[in-house]
Amino acid sequence: MKVEQIAVFLENRKGRLCKFAQVLYDANINIKGMYIADTTDYGILRVITNDNEKAVKVLKENGFNTTVTELIGFKVSDKPGEMHKVLKLLNDHNVDISYLYSYSEIGSNQAAILIKVEDNEFVSKLLIDNKVEPFIEK
Amino acid sequence: MIYDVKHETMSREELEVLQLERLKKIVHYVYEKVPFYKRKYDLAGFHPDMIKTLKDIQKIPFTEKSDLRDNYPYGLLAVPISKLKRIHASSGTSGKPTVVCYTEHDMEIWKDCCARVCGQAGLEPDDIVQVCFGYGLFTGALGMHQGAERIGAAVIPASAGNTERQVMLLKDLKATVLVSTPSYALRIAEIARKLGYDIKKDFSLRLGLFGSESSSEEMHAEIAKQLNIFTTDNYGLSEVIGPGVSGECYKKNGMHINEDHFYPELINSDTLEPVKPGEIGELVLTTLTKDGMPVIRYRTKDICTLDYSPCECGRTTVRMSKILGRSDDMLIIRGVNVFPSQIESVLMEIPEIGSQYEIIVTREGNMDKLEVRVEVADGSLLTDYKKLMDLHQKVQHNLRVILQIDALVKLVEPLSLKRFEGKANRVTDLRKKN
Ligand SMILES: [Zn+2]
Repeated sequence: MKVEQIAVFLENRKGRLCKFAQVLYDANINIKGMYIADTTDYGILRVITNDNEKAVKVLKENGFNTTVTELIGFKVSDKPGEMHKVLKLLNDHNVDISYLYSYSEIGSNQAAILIKVEDNEFVSKLLIDNKVEPFIEK
Repeated sequence: MIYDVKHETMSREELEVLQLERLKKIVHYVYEKVPFYKRKYDLAGFHPDMIKTLKDIQKIPFTEKSDLRDNYPYGLLAVPISKLKRIHASSGTSGKPTVVCYTEHDMEIWKDCCARVCGQAGLEPDDIVQVCFGYGLFTGALGMHQGAERIGAAVIPASAGNTERQVMLLKDLKATVLVSTPSYALRIAEIARKLGYDIKKDFSLRLGLFGSESSSEEMHAEIAKQLNIFTTDNYGLSEVIGPGVSGECYKKNGMHINEDHFYPELINSDTLEPVKPGEIGELVLTTLTKDGMPVIRYRTKDICTLDYSPCECGRTTVRMSKILGRSDDMLIIRGVNVFPSQIESVLMEIPEIGSQYEIIVTREGNMDKLEVRVEVADGSLLTDYKKLMDLHQKVQHNLRVILQIDALVKLVEPLSLKRFEGKANRVTDLRKKN
């Protein structure tokens, strides 16, 4: 249920996002999911790749400040109310979500949702107990 | 070790007798030998015979950097050019450098004074000293080189640049002492880490002698931690002699000025009057013994304090504080005096940001804007956007406490700010003059 994500400090300056993608491309690393909020001067780019270990290495070599964080990943069906069901469950158990993003694969009738919470153990168990389908990275 | 016990531990009374005798002699000497000084003194109504006490030095007109520039290259020489043994030059901001000339006698004084600075710092004859100053016209490298040699140490004249190679030399040649600018010491630590070295295990360094740019206590603490060494500061300027004017002893409570050769005064840069004991002021130096190109009451533009109480190390010479700023570098932002060194000391206390920084001053309408750029060094900040915001606010808050004005703090990516191998130039003032 746990998914590793790389967080990258990114200045809001022309070409930086492109440079980031270039570094991964040059190392033949595939970006599976990516999230960045709009900010003024700087932001944290969150990304999941097919080879996080290598991605961290090449990013560091190219001067990017990175860290690896663990998220919780689960699947929801592509139907109204499915997302609400899980969020309500978390809310009922007082789980704070600091951020959330989705990771989707074309052709699937499900969406993978990734959330950042305080207590990964507790939330994993909670979701499994309530039969929420875990998302497992391939 | 105290290199020159006689002159470094003299009683104040003895020292003042020596200083007065030398002052009278040097003022008569320049009046006779250098037309520039005679003209200037005649015009100001000063005559060397007016020096009866040390206090009378205040009657002598100042010498400024522009005087050296205007008399480029040999106008201030007191000896025929044939008597010179060495010529150095400092980088000029307006094209022409300022030239400094040494006779055989001056070279001896210079070597002795640099040896004293090395001794003050704790350098010993069996040390291996790597000098990472740029060799050449710049006085720093050869000055400290000669001083270390005079103590009896082995010197590696590594010069500046190619930091990876510097790191390799430090390690392979087992250097025990590093001589460089403080910012370059941090650069060396950064590259050593990048190359995967464990500084404690792989290096033999124990001591650092840092000079040629001013640095805060915090920066020294940072270098001490990163390179696992004892750090000392030293001070000099090429117009006076180069390094060798003063240096810190192991007590680290000020830099002992070699007062028997360089007579110090502190003045208020605006009124040009002496400041009260203990107050901050601009350092003015008179070379008491040089015969090639003496300078009398030279305005260094460096701001510091002086402490005349005897030091626990046994030396009696006056101690100058670290340079708090340059009277030229002082930024006036919204009417408030700001020294870049104050900004540096705030930044050095915050471990999550890197040791490099940039200061940019602009004006929007009638409003001065101070921008400070720092690198985000700590990866753990990225788990949560809030941590970054907190850091941002902490930097901004700490700057406001010290500077009393608001600064716009910009967090930038690691390794994105300029690195300096010589003198660091971190301030850009984009306001139009006048
Ligand atoms: Zn001392």
